[in-house]
Amino acid sequence: MKPLANLLSIEDLDAEQVVGILDTAEQLLPIAERRRNSVPTLRGKVVCNLFLEDSTRTRISFDIAAKRLSAEVINFSAKGSSVSKGESFKDTALTLDAMGVDCVVVRSGSSGAPLQLSRYLEVPILNAGDGWHQHPTQALLDVFTMRRHLGDLAGRHVVVVGDVLHSRVARSEVQALKLLGARVTLVSPPTLLPPAVERWGVQVSQDLDAVLPDADVVYLLRVQRERMHRAFFPTSREYSRVWGVDVARLEKLPDHAIVMHPGPMNRGVEITADVADSERAVIVEQVTNGIATRMACLYLLLSGDAEGAEVTA
Amino acid sequence: MGARLLASIDEPPRPHAGHPARRASFNDRSCEAGKEHQGAFSVRLRLPPERASRHRSAGVTQLLTADEVSRALRRLAHELLEANRGADDLVLVGIQTRGVPLAKRLAALIEDIEGTEVPAGALDVTLYRDDLTRRGPLPLGETRVPVSVDGRTVVLVDDVLYTGRTIRAAMEAVLELGRPARIRLVALVDRGHRELPIRADHVGKNLPTSADDRIRVLVEEVDGRDEVVAEEGADA
Repeated sequence: MKPLANLLSIEDLDAEQVVGILDTAEQLLPIAERRRNSVPTLRGKVVCNLFLEDSTRTRISFDIAAKRLSAEVINFSAKGSSVSKGESFKDTALTLDAMGVDCVVVRSGSSGAPLQLSRYLEVPILNAGDGWHQHPTQALLDVFTMRRHLGDLAGRHVVVVGDVLHSRVARSEVQALKLLGARVTLVSPPTLLPPAVERWGVQVSQDLDAVLPDADVVYLLRVQRERMHRAFFPTSREYSRVWGVDVARLEKLPDHAIVMHPGPMNRGVEITADVADSERAVIVEQVTNGIATRMACLYLLLSGDAEGAEVTA
Repeated sequence: MGARLLASIDEPPRPHAGHPARRASFNDRSCEAGKEHQGAFSVRLRLPPERASRHRSAGVTQLLTADEVSRALRRLAHELLEANRGADDLVLVGIQTRGVPLAKRLAALIEDIEGTEVPAGALDVTLYRDDLTRRGPLPLGETRVPVSVDGRTVVLVDDVLYTGRTIRAAMEAVLELGRPARIRLVALVDRGHRELPIRADHVGKNLPTSADDRIRVLVEEVDGRDEVVAEEGADA
Protein backbone atom coordinates (compact mmCIF):
# COMPACT_ATOMS: atom_id res chain seq x y z
CA MET A 1 0.00 0.00 0.00
CA LYS A 2 1.29 3.45 -0.90
CA PRO A 3 1.69 5.52 2.28
CA LEU A 4 -0.83 8.25 2.95
CA ALA A 5 0.46 11.82 3.35
CA ASN A 6 -2.94 13.45 3.81
CA LEU A 7 -6.55 12.42 3.51
CA LEU A 8 -8.14 15.23 1.53
CA SER A 9 -10.32 13.43 -0.99
CA ILE A 10 -11.25 9.92 -2.05
CA GLU A 11 -10.00 10.98 -5.50
CA ASP A 12 -6.42 10.88 -4.16
CA LEU A 13 -6.72 7.22 -3.14
CA ASP A 14 -6.35 4.03 -5.14
CA ALA A 15 -8.30 0.83 -4.52
CA GLU A 16 -5.43 -0.74 -2.59
CA GLN A 17 -5.28 2.19 -0.18
CA VAL A 18 -9.04 2.08 0.41
CA VAL A 19 -8.86 -1.66 1.13
CA GLY A 20 -5.82 -1.00 3.38
CA ILE A 21 -7.81 1.53 5.40
CA LEU A 22 -10.80 -0.83 5.67
CA ASP A 23 -8.59 -3.77 6.75
CA THR A 24 -6.94 -1.58 9.37
CA ALA A 25 -10.35 -0.40 10.61
CA GLU A 26 -11.47 -4.03 10.89
CA GLN A 27 -8.68 -4.76 13.38
CA LEU A 28 -9.37 -1.56 15.32
CA LEU A 29 -13.12 -2.16 15.57
CA PRO A 30 -12.93 -4.10 18.88
CA ILE A 31 -11.23 -1.04 20.40
CA ALA A 32 -13.82 1.32 18.87
CA GLU A 33 -16.60 -0.91 20.24
CA ARG A 34 -14.90 -0.88 23.65
CA ARG A 35 -14.53 -4.65 23.67
CA ARG A 36 -10.83 -3.89 24.12
CA ASN A 37 -9.13 -1.08 26.02
CA SER A 38 -7.55 1.84 24.26
CA VAL A 39 -4.03 1.35 22.94
CA PRO A 40 -0.87 3.44 23.49
CA THR A 41 -0.08 3.64 19.76
CA LEU A 42 -0.17 7.42 19.25
CA ARG A 43 0.98 8.44 22.73
CA GLY A 44 2.59 11.87 22.61
CA LYS A 45 1.01 12.86 19.29
CA VAL A 46 -1.21 15.94 19.22
CA VAL A 47 -4.27 15.93 16.97
CA CYS A 48 -6.01 19.26 16.40
CA ASN A 49 -9.69 19.23 15.49
CA LEU A 50 -10.13 22.47 13.55
CA PHE A 51 -13.88 22.79 13.10
CA LEU A 52 -14.85 25.93 11.23
CA GLU A 53 -18.35 24.64 10.52
CA ASP A 54 -20.82 23.19 13.03
CA SER A 55 -20.55 19.49 13.57
CA THR A 56 -21.21 17.39 16.60
CA ARG A 57 -21.02 13.77 15.54
CA THR A 58 -17.98 14.03 13.28
CA ARG A 59 -15.99 16.07 15.80
CA ILE A 60 -16.86 13.73 18.67
CA SER A 61 -16.08 10.73 16.47
CA PHE A 62 -12.61 12.07 15.63
CA ASP A 63 -12.11 13.07 19.26
CA ILE A 64 -12.89 9.55 20.48
CA ALA A 65 -10.87 7.93 17.69
CA ALA A 66 -7.76 9.92 18.60
CA LYS A 67 -8.21 9.22 22.32
CA ARG A 68 -8.62 5.46 21.81
CA LEU A 69 -5.17 5.60 20.22
CA SER A 70 -3.86 7.69 23.17
CA ALA A 71 -3.25 10.84 21.14
CA GLU A 72 -3.81 14.22 22.75
CA VAL A 73 -6.68 16.19 21.25
CA ILE A 74 -7.07 19.94 20.91
CA ASN A 75 -10.50 21.13 19.85
CA PHE A 76 -10.52 24.37 17.94
CA SER A 77 -13.86 25.66 16.71
CA ALA A 78 -14.65 28.87 14.89
CA LYS A 79 -16.99 30.11 17.60
CA GLY A 80 -15.17 31.58 20.56
CA SER A 81 -11.78 31.43 18.89
CA SER A 82 -9.48 33.83 17.12
CA VAL A 83 -11.33 33.05 13.86
CA SER A 84 -14.38 34.90 15.18
CA LYS A 85 -12.08 37.88 15.81
CA GLY A 86 -11.21 37.94 12.13
CA GLU A 87 -7.99 35.95 12.01
CA SER A 88 -7.32 34.66 8.52
CA PHE A 89 -7.31 30.97 7.71
CA LYS A 90 -3.63 31.09 6.92
CA ASP A 91 -2.71 32.75 10.21
CA THR A 92 -4.80 30.22 12.10
CA ALA A 93 -2.92 27.45 10.30
CA LEU A 94 0.48 28.94 11.06
CA THR A 95 -0.48 29.40 14.70
CA LEU A 96 -1.42 25.73 14.98
CA ASP A 97 1.87 24.80 13.35
CA ALA A 98 3.83 26.92 15.80
CA MET A 99 2.04 25.17 18.64
CA GLY A 100 3.44 21.88 17.41
CA VAL A 101 0.41 19.84 16.41
CA ASP A 102 1.09 16.53 14.63
CA CYS A 103 -2.11 16.36 12.57
CA VAL A 104 -5.01 18.66 11.75
CA VAL A 105 -8.53 17.37 11.25
CA VAL A 106 -10.36 20.13 9.43
CA ARG A 107 -14.05 20.74 8.81
CA SER A 108 -14.97 23.77 6.77
CA GLY A 109 -17.91 25.20 4.86
CA SER A 110 -15.54 26.16 2.06
CA SER A 111 -14.69 23.53 -0.56
CA GLY A 112 -10.93 23.19 -0.82
CA ALA A 113 -10.05 24.52 2.66
CA PRO A 114 -8.26 21.26 3.66
CA LEU A 115 -6.23 21.32 0.43
CA GLN A 116 -5.27 24.92 1.14
CA LEU A 117 -4.29 23.97 4.68
CA SER A 118 -2.08 21.15 3.38
CA ARG A 119 -0.12 23.77 1.43
CA TYR A 120 0.52 25.81 4.57
CA LEU A 121 1.41 22.92 6.87
CA GLU A 122 3.76 19.95 6.67
CA VAL A 123 1.77 17.78 9.07
CA PRO A 124 -0.92 15.39 7.76
CA ILE A 125 -4.28 17.02 7.07
CA LEU A 126 -7.46 15.03 7.42
CA ASN A 127 -10.55 16.36 5.68
CA ALA A 128 -13.61 16.08 7.94
CA GLY A 129 -15.91 17.61 5.33
CA ASP A 130 -15.41 20.68 3.15
CA GLY A 131 -18.35 22.51 1.61
CA TRP A 132 -20.03 20.55 -1.18
CA HIS A 133 -16.74 18.91 -2.07
CA GLN A 134 -15.68 15.85 -0.04
CA HIS A 135 -16.22 13.98 3.20
CA PRO A 136 -13.76 11.11 2.79
CA THR A 137 -14.00 9.51 6.24
CA GLN A 138 -17.79 9.34 5.92
CA ALA A 139 -17.44 7.50 2.61
CA LEU A 140 -14.84 5.15 4.09
CA LEU A 141 -16.95 4.32 7.14
CA ASP A 142 -19.91 3.70 4.85
CA VAL A 143 -18.09 1.30 2.54
CA PHE A 144 -16.62 -0.32 5.67
CA THR A 145 -20.15 -0.88 6.99
CA MET A 146 -21.31 -2.21 3.61
CA ARG A 147 -18.35 -4.58 3.41
CA ARG A 148 -19.08 -5.95 6.88
CA HIS A 149 -22.63 -6.79 5.82
CA LEU A 150 -22.16 -7.80 2.19
CA GLY A 151 -18.53 -8.92 1.88
CA ASP A 152 -16.68 -7.89 -1.25
CA LEU A 153 -18.45 -4.93 -2.84
CA ALA A 154 -17.45 -5.71 -6.44
CA GLY A 155 -20.64 -5.98 -8.49
CA ARG A 156 -22.88 -4.88 -5.61
CA HIS A 157 -25.58 -2.32 -6.34
CA VAL A 158 -25.84 0.77 -4.14
CA VAL A 159 -28.77 3.14 -4.57
CA VAL A 160 -28.10 6.66 -3.30
CA VAL A 161 -31.29 8.63 -2.76
CA GLY A 162 -31.82 12.33 -2.23
CA ASP A 163 -30.00 15.62 -2.35
CA VAL A 164 -26.94 14.72 -4.39
CA LEU A 165 -26.32 18.33 -5.41
CA HIS A 166 -25.37 19.66 -1.98
CA SER A 167 -23.91 16.43 -0.73
CA ARG A 168 -20.17 16.06 -0.18
CA VAL A 169 -21.04 12.65 1.22
CA ALA A 170 -22.51 11.54 -2.12
CA ARG A 171 -19.45 12.73 -4.05
CA SER A 172 -17.02 10.84 -1.82
CA GLU A 173 -19.30 7.86 -1.53
CA VAL A 174 -19.66 7.36 -5.29
CA GLN A 175 -15.88 7.56 -5.78
CA ALA A 176 -15.16 5.08 -3.00
CA LEU A 177 -17.80 2.65 -4.27
CA LYS A 178 -16.47 2.83 -7.81
CA LEU A 179 -12.92 2.12 -6.59
CA LEU A 180 -14.24 -1.06 -4.97
CA GLY A 181 -16.11 -2.08 -8.12
CA ALA A 182 -19.67 -1.44 -6.91
CA ARG A 183 -22.47 -0.22 -9.17
CA VAL A 184 -24.18 3.02 -8.14
CA THR A 185 -27.58 4.42 -9.03
CA LEU A 186 -28.46 7.95 -7.98
CA VAL A 187 -32.16 8.58 -7.38
CA SER A 188 -32.89 12.23 -6.96
CA PRO A 189 -35.26 15.04 -7.88
CA PRO A 190 -33.90 16.60 -11.12
CA THR A 191 -33.43 19.88 -9.24
CA LEU A 192 -31.06 18.22 -6.76
CA LEU A 193 -28.78 16.51 -9.29
CA PRO A 194 -25.36 18.09 -9.85
CA PRO A 195 -24.81 19.64 -13.32
CA ALA A 196 -22.16 17.23 -14.64
CA VAL A 197 -23.60 14.06 -13.16
CA GLU A 198 -23.27 12.18 -16.46
CA ARG A 199 -19.50 12.26 -15.91
CA TRP A 200 -19.76 10.51 -12.54
CA GLY A 201 -20.05 7.15 -14.25
CA VAL A 202 -23.24 6.17 -12.44
CA GLN A 203 -26.80 5.42 -13.42
CA VAL A 204 -29.41 8.07 -12.69
CA SER A 205 -33.05 7.33 -12.07
CA GLN A 206 -36.14 9.21 -11.03
CA ASP A 207 -38.08 6.11 -10.08
CA LEU A 208 -37.17 4.84 -6.63
CA ASP A 209 -39.68 1.98 -6.67
CA ALA A 210 -38.19 0.59 -9.88
CA VAL A 211 -34.60 0.33 -8.59
CA LEU A 212 -35.30 -1.00 -5.08
CA PRO A 213 -35.79 -4.71 -5.97
CA ASP A 214 -32.28 -4.77 -7.42
CA ALA A 215 -30.51 -2.89 -4.57
CA ASP A 216 -28.02 -4.31 -2.05
CA VAL A 217 -27.81 -1.00 -0.19
CA VAL A 218 -30.17 1.97 -0.03
CA TYR A 219 -28.24 5.02 1.07
CA LEU A 220 -30.47 7.92 2.06
CA LEU A 221 -28.97 11.39 2.01
CA ARG A 222 -30.10 14.03 4.42
CA VAL A 223 -32.28 16.83 3.11
CA GLN A 224 -29.93 19.70 3.89
CA ARG A 225 -32.25 22.57 4.57
CA GLU A 226 -29.40 24.79 5.72
CA ARG A 227 -27.86 24.64 2.25
CA MET A 228 -31.13 25.11 0.35
CA HIS A 229 -31.73 28.72 -0.45
CA ARG A 230 -34.06 28.00 -3.35
CA ALA A 231 -37.18 25.90 -3.71
CA PHE A 232 -35.76 22.57 -4.89
CA PHE A 233 -38.92 20.62 -4.14
CA PRO A 234 -42.41 21.80 -3.19
CA THR A 235 -42.92 20.43 0.34
CA SER A 236 -41.37 17.98 2.77
CA ARG A 237 -44.48 15.85 2.50
CA GLU A 238 -44.13 15.57 -1.22
CA TYR A 239 -40.41 14.79 -0.91
CA SER A 240 -41.22 12.08 1.59
CA ARG A 241 -43.87 10.55 -0.67
CA VAL A 242 -41.71 10.47 -3.81
CA TRP A 243 -38.14 10.10 -2.48
CA GLY A 244 -38.50 8.91 1.12
CA VAL A 245 -38.26 5.31 2.28
CA ASP A 246 -41.17 3.94 4.28
CA VAL A 247 -42.13 0.39 5.25
CA ALA A 248 -43.85 -0.28 1.91
CA ARG A 249 -40.63 0.57 0.07
CA LEU A 250 -38.54 -1.36 2.59
CA GLU A 251 -40.48 -4.48 1.64
CA LYS A 252 -39.50 -4.06 -2.00
CA LEU A 253 -35.85 -4.57 -1.10
CA PRO A 254 -34.17 -7.98 -1.31
CA ASP A 255 -33.94 -9.71 2.07
CA HIS A 256 -30.20 -9.09 2.51
CA ALA A 257 -30.30 -5.39 1.62
CA ILE A 258 -29.45 -2.76 4.22
CA VAL A 259 -30.60 0.83 4.73
CA MET A 260 -28.01 3.49 5.55
CA HIS A 261 -28.02 7.18 6.40
CA PRO A 262 -25.08 9.44 7.26
CA GLY A 263 -27.05 11.22 9.97
CA PRO A 264 -28.43 13.35 11.39
CA MET A 265 -31.75 11.98 10.11
CA ASN A 266 -34.86 13.98 9.35
CA ARG A 267 -37.36 11.39 10.49
CA GLY A 268 -40.52 11.64 8.44
CA VAL A 269 -38.75 13.28 5.49
CA GLU A 270 -36.14 11.04 3.82
CA ILE A 271 -36.80 8.10 6.15
CA THR A 272 -39.80 7.16 8.26
CA ALA A 273 -39.34 6.40 11.93
CA ASP A 274 -40.27 2.73 11.59
CA VAL A 275 -37.69 2.22 8.84
CA ALA A 276 -35.03 4.05 10.85
CA ASP A 277 -35.72 1.76 13.81
CA SER A 278 -36.01 -1.44 11.78
CA GLU A 279 -33.43 -4.20 11.78
CA ARG A 280 -32.53 -3.42 8.18
CA ALA A 281 -31.25 0.02 9.12
CA VAL A 282 -27.59 -0.03 10.16
CA ILE A 283 -27.45 3.67 10.99
CA VAL A 284 -26.35 3.27 14.61
CA GLU A 285 -23.69 0.78 13.54
CA GLN A 286 -22.36 3.37 11.09
CA VAL A 287 -21.56 5.61 14.06
CA THR A 288 -19.39 2.98 15.80
CA ASN A 289 -17.80 1.99 12.51
CA GLY A 290 -17.01 5.68 12.03
CA ILE A 291 -14.79 5.61 15.11
CA ALA A 292 -12.93 2.53 13.86
CA THR A 293 -12.47 4.02 10.39
CA ARG A 294 -11.20 7.33 11.77
CA MET A 295 -8.84 5.44 14.07
CA ALA A 296 -7.53 3.64 11.00
CA CYS A 297 -6.97 6.94 9.16
CA LEU A 298 -5.18 8.50 12.15
CA TYR A 299 -3.09 5.35 12.61
CA LEU A 300 -2.04 5.27 8.97
CA LEU A 301 -1.29 9.01 8.85
CA LEU A 302 0.45 9.32 12.21
CA SER A 303 2.08 6.08 13.31
CA GLY A 304 5.02 6.32 10.93
CA ASP A 305 7.59 9.03 10.64
CA ALA A 306 8.89 9.30 7.10
CA GLU A 307 12.28 10.69 8.16
CA GLY A 308 12.70 8.20 10.97
CA ALA A 309 11.79 5.33 8.66
CA GLU A 310 14.96 5.95 6.68
CA VAL A 311 17.14 4.97 9.61
CA THR A 312 17.88 1.30 10.04
CA ALA A 313 18.50 -0.40 13.34
CA MET B 1 2.85 -15.24 0.48
CA GLY B 2 5.18 -18.18 0.50
CA ALA B 3 6.27 -17.42 -3.02
CA ARG B 4 7.20 -13.85 -2.09
CA LEU B 5 9.24 -15.02 0.86
CA LEU B 6 11.12 -17.59 -1.13
CA ALA B 7 11.81 -15.04 -3.80
CA SER B 8 13.30 -12.69 -1.23
CA ILE B 9 15.63 -15.43 -0.03
CA ASP B 10 17.03 -15.89 -3.49
CA GLU B 11 17.61 -12.21 -4.06
CA PRO B 12 21.23 -11.34 -4.63
CA PRO B 13 22.80 -9.51 -1.71
CA ARG B 14 22.95 -5.74 -1.88
CA PRO B 15 26.23 -4.47 -3.26
CA HIS B 16 26.95 -1.92 -0.52
CA ALA B 17 28.08 -2.87 2.96
CA GLY B 18 27.10 -1.33 6.28
CA HIS B 19 23.50 -0.50 7.01
CA PRO B 20 21.76 0.58 3.86
CA ALA B 21 18.64 2.59 4.51
CA ARG B 22 15.52 0.60 3.96
CA ARG B 23 12.10 2.09 4.40
CA ALA B 24 9.74 -0.22 6.25
CA SER B 25 6.98 -0.99 3.84
CA PHE B 26 3.33 -1.38 4.66
CA ASN B 27 3.45 -4.57 2.64
CA ASP B 28 6.01 -6.20 4.88
CA ARG B 29 4.07 -9.11 6.21
CA SER B 30 6.07 -9.81 9.29
CA CYS B 31 5.93 -7.30 12.12
CA GLU B 32 8.82 -8.70 14.10
CA ALA B 33 10.94 -5.62 14.22
CA GLY B 34 14.63 -6.16 14.58
CA LYS B 35 14.31 -9.90 14.33
CA GLU B 36 14.88 -9.54 10.65
CA HIS B 37 17.62 -7.09 10.03
CA GLN B 38 17.27 -5.81 6.54
CA GLY B 39 20.12 -5.14 4.21
CA ALA B 40 23.61 -6.59 4.10
CA PHE B 41 24.65 -9.51 6.25
CA SER B 42 28.06 -10.82 7.03
CA VAL B 43 28.88 -14.50 7.23
CA ARG B 44 29.57 -14.70 10.91
CA LEU B 45 27.32 -17.55 11.90
CA ARG B 46 29.08 -19.67 14.45
CA LEU B 47 27.78 -22.98 13.26
CA PRO B 48 28.96 -26.49 13.99
CA PRO B 49 30.42 -28.22 10.91
CA GLU B 50 27.44 -30.53 10.36
CA ARG B 51 25.18 -27.47 10.18
CA ALA B 52 27.47 -25.65 7.85
CA SER B 53 27.26 -28.59 5.49
CA ARG B 54 23.54 -27.94 5.12
CA HIS B 55 24.14 -25.01 2.83
CA ARG B 56 21.37 -24.93 0.29
CA SER B 57 22.18 -21.97 -1.83
CA ALA B 58 24.42 -18.97 -1.56
CA GLY B 59 23.57 -16.90 1.49
CA VAL B 60 20.96 -19.27 2.96
CA THR B 61 21.83 -21.81 5.64
CA GLN B 62 19.37 -24.29 6.98
CA LEU B 63 19.42 -24.32 10.77
CA LEU B 64 16.50 -26.65 11.50
CA THR B 65 14.74 -29.13 9.25
CA ALA B 66 11.00 -29.77 9.29
CA ASP B 67 11.58 -32.89 11.42
CA GLU B 68 13.67 -30.96 13.90
CA VAL B 69 10.98 -28.27 14.16
CA SER B 70 8.33 -30.87 14.81
CA ARG B 71 10.47 -32.66 17.44
CA ALA B 72 11.20 -29.36 19.16
CA LEU B 73 7.48 -28.53 19.29
CA ARG B 74 6.67 -31.95 20.74
CA ARG B 75 9.27 -31.45 23.46
CA LEU B 76 7.95 -27.95 24.15
CA ALA B 77 4.44 -29.35 24.62
CA HIS B 78 5.77 -31.85 27.17
CA GLU B 79 7.80 -29.18 28.93
CA LEU B 80 4.79 -26.89 29.16
CA LEU B 81 2.67 -29.64 30.68
CA GLU B 82 5.37 -30.53 33.14
CA ALA B 83 5.95 -26.92 34.23
CA ASN B 84 2.24 -26.24 34.49
CA ARG B 85 1.48 -29.62 36.13
CA GLY B 86 -1.10 -30.44 33.47
CA ALA B 87 -3.15 -28.47 30.98
CA ASP B 88 -5.57 -26.79 33.36
CA ASP B 89 -6.08 -23.05 32.97
CA LEU B 90 -3.61 -22.79 30.11
CA VAL B 91 -4.23 -20.35 27.24
CA LEU B 92 -1.80 -20.41 24.35
CA VAL B 93 -1.46 -17.05 22.63
CA GLY B 94 0.53 -16.92 19.41
CA ILE B 95 2.18 -13.66 18.43
CA GLN B 96 1.37 -12.62 14.85
CA THR B 97 2.32 -13.79 12.31
CA ARG B 98 4.15 -17.10 12.75
CA GLY B 99 3.56 -17.53 16.45
CA VAL B 100 -0.12 -18.08 15.71
CA PRO B 101 0.16 -21.41 13.83
CA LEU B 102 2.85 -22.53 16.30
CA ALA B 103 0.46 -21.91 19.22
CA LYS B 104 -2.26 -23.85 17.43
CA ARG B 105 0.09 -26.79 16.89
CA LEU B 106 1.23 -26.76 20.51
CA ALA B 107 -2.43 -26.81 21.60
CA ALA B 108 -3.07 -29.82 19.35
CA LEU B 109 0.02 -31.62 20.69
CA ILE B 110 -1.06 -30.96 24.29
CA GLU B 111 -4.49 -32.32 23.48
CA ASP B 112 -2.87 -35.46 22.03
CA ILE B 113 -0.79 -35.97 25.16
CA GLU B 114 -3.24 -34.94 27.90
CA GLY B 115 -6.62 -35.34 26.21
CA THR B 116 -7.51 -31.83 27.38
CA GLU B 117 -8.50 -29.14 24.93
CA VAL B 118 -6.40 -26.02 25.40
CA PRO B 119 -7.61 -22.71 23.95
CA ALA B 120 -5.26 -21.11 21.43
CA GLY B 121 -5.48 -17.52 20.26
CA ALA B 122 -3.68 -14.83 18.30
CA LEU B 123 -2.14 -11.58 19.44
CA ASP B 124 -1.07 -8.69 17.23
CA VAL B 125 1.32 -6.43 19.10
CA THR B 126 1.78 -3.75 16.42
CA LEU B 127 -0.25 -1.15 18.32
CA TYR B 128 2.03 -1.63 21.34
CA ARG B 129 5.39 -1.48 19.57
CA ASP B 130 7.99 1.01 20.76
CA ASP B 131 9.48 1.38 17.27
CA LEU B 132 6.31 2.14 15.33
CA THR B 133 7.34 5.73 14.67
CA ARG B 134 10.49 4.48 13.01
CA ARG B 135 8.94 1.62 11.07
CA GLY B 136 5.25 2.44 10.79
CA PRO B 137 2.62 2.36 9.68
CA LEU B 138 2.62 -1.43 9.74
CA PRO B 139 -0.35 -3.57 8.72
CA LEU B 140 -2.41 -4.79 11.65
CA GLY B 141 -3.11 -8.46 12.30
CA GLU B 142 -5.96 -10.01 14.18
CA THR B 143 -6.08 -10.24 17.95
CA ARG B 144 -8.39 -13.03 19.05
CA VAL B 145 -8.16 -14.75 22.38
CA PRO B 146 -11.09 -17.18 22.68
CA VAL B 147 -11.36 -17.13 26.50
CA SER B 148 -10.89 -14.60 29.26
CA VAL B 149 -7.27 -14.48 30.41
CA ASP B 150 -8.32 -13.61 33.96
CA GLY B 151 -6.74 -16.00 36.45
CA ARG B 152 -5.26 -18.24 33.74
CA THR B 153 -1.73 -19.03 32.71
CA VAL B 154 -1.14 -17.22 29.43
CA VAL B 155 1.59 -18.81 27.35
CA LEU B 156 2.97 -16.44 24.74
CA VAL B 157 4.25 -18.32 21.70
CA ASP B 158 6.67 -16.68 19.29
CA ASP B 159 8.84 -17.98 16.48
CA VAL B 160 12.09 -16.11 17.18
CA LEU B 161 13.14 -14.49 20.44
CA TYR B 162 15.64 -11.75 19.71
CA THR B 163 15.71 -8.28 21.27
CA GLY B 164 12.77 -9.00 23.58
CA ARG B 165 10.94 -5.89 22.46
CA THR B 166 8.14 -7.83 20.77
CA ILE B 167 7.61 -9.77 24.01
CA ARG B 168 7.55 -6.54 26.03
CA ALA B 169 4.81 -5.26 23.71
CA ALA B 170 3.00 -8.61 23.92
CA MET B 171 2.98 -8.54 27.72
CA GLU B 172 1.46 -5.07 27.65
CA ALA B 173 -1.15 -6.24 25.14
CA VAL B 174 -2.04 -9.32 27.23
CA LEU B 175 -2.34 -7.25 30.41
CA GLU B 176 -4.83 -5.00 28.59
CA LEU B 177 -6.98 -8.07 27.92
CA GLY B 178 -7.30 -8.91 31.59
CA ARG B 179 -5.37 -10.07 34.63
CA PRO B 180 -3.75 -13.43 33.98
CA ALA B 181 -2.40 -15.44 36.93
CA ARG B 182 0.95 -15.60 35.15
CA ILE B 183 2.49 -15.10 31.73
CA ARG B 184 4.94 -17.63 30.30
CA LEU B 185 6.99 -17.44 27.14
CA VAL B 186 7.71 -20.16 24.59
CA ALA B 187 10.04 -19.43 21.66
CA LEU B 188 10.83 -21.88 18.89
CA VAL B 189 14.22 -20.22 18.39
CA ASP B 190 16.22 -18.08 20.80
CA ARG B 191 18.92 -16.24 18.90
CA GLY B 192 20.24 -14.08 21.74
CA HIS B 193 21.02 -10.34 21.57
CA ARG B 194 18.44 -9.30 24.15
CA GLU B 195 17.92 -5.57 24.67
CA LEU B 196 15.48 -6.00 27.54
CA PRO B 197 15.59 -8.22 30.64
CA ILE B 198 13.38 -10.92 29.13
CA ARG B 199 13.96 -14.67 29.13
CA ALA B 200 11.93 -17.48 27.58
CA ASP B 201 10.59 -20.20 29.88
CA HIS B 202 10.82 -22.82 27.16
CA VAL B 203 13.01 -22.69 24.07
CA GLY B 204 12.86 -25.00 21.06
CA LYS B 205 16.43 -24.34 19.99
CA ASN B 206 19.13 -21.92 21.09
CA LEU B 207 20.90 -20.60 18.01
CA PRO B 208 23.81 -18.27 18.69
CA THR B 209 23.88 -15.77 15.86
CA SER B 210 25.52 -12.57 14.82
CA ALA B 211 23.27 -9.53 14.98
CA ASP B 212 23.87 -9.07 11.25
CA ASP B 213 22.31 -12.40 10.36
CA ARG B 214 18.68 -12.76 9.54
CA ILE B 215 16.93 -15.75 11.07
CA ARG B 216 13.73 -16.86 9.42
CA VAL B 217 11.30 -19.37 10.78
CA LEU B 218 9.14 -20.74 8.00
CA VAL B 219 5.95 -22.52 8.93
CA GLU B 220 3.76 -24.71 6.80
CA GLU B 221 0.58 -22.67 7.43
CA VAL B 222 2.15 -19.41 6.23
CA ASP B 223 5.14 -20.34 4.07
CA GLY B 224 4.19 -23.77 2.75
CA ARG B 225 6.92 -25.65 4.64
CA ASP B 226 8.57 -25.93 8.05
CA GLU B 227 12.16 -24.80 8.25
CA VAL B 228 14.47 -22.46 10.11
CA VAL B 229 17.08 -20.72 7.97
CA ALA B 230 19.72 -18.05 8.32
CA GLU B 231 20.15 -15.61 5.50
CA GLU B 232 23.53 -14.00 5.02
CA GLY B 233 25.00 -11.42 2.73
CA ALA B 234 28.10 -12.39 0.74
CA ASP B 235 29.97 -9.17 1.42
CA ALA B 236 31.39 -9.69 4.89
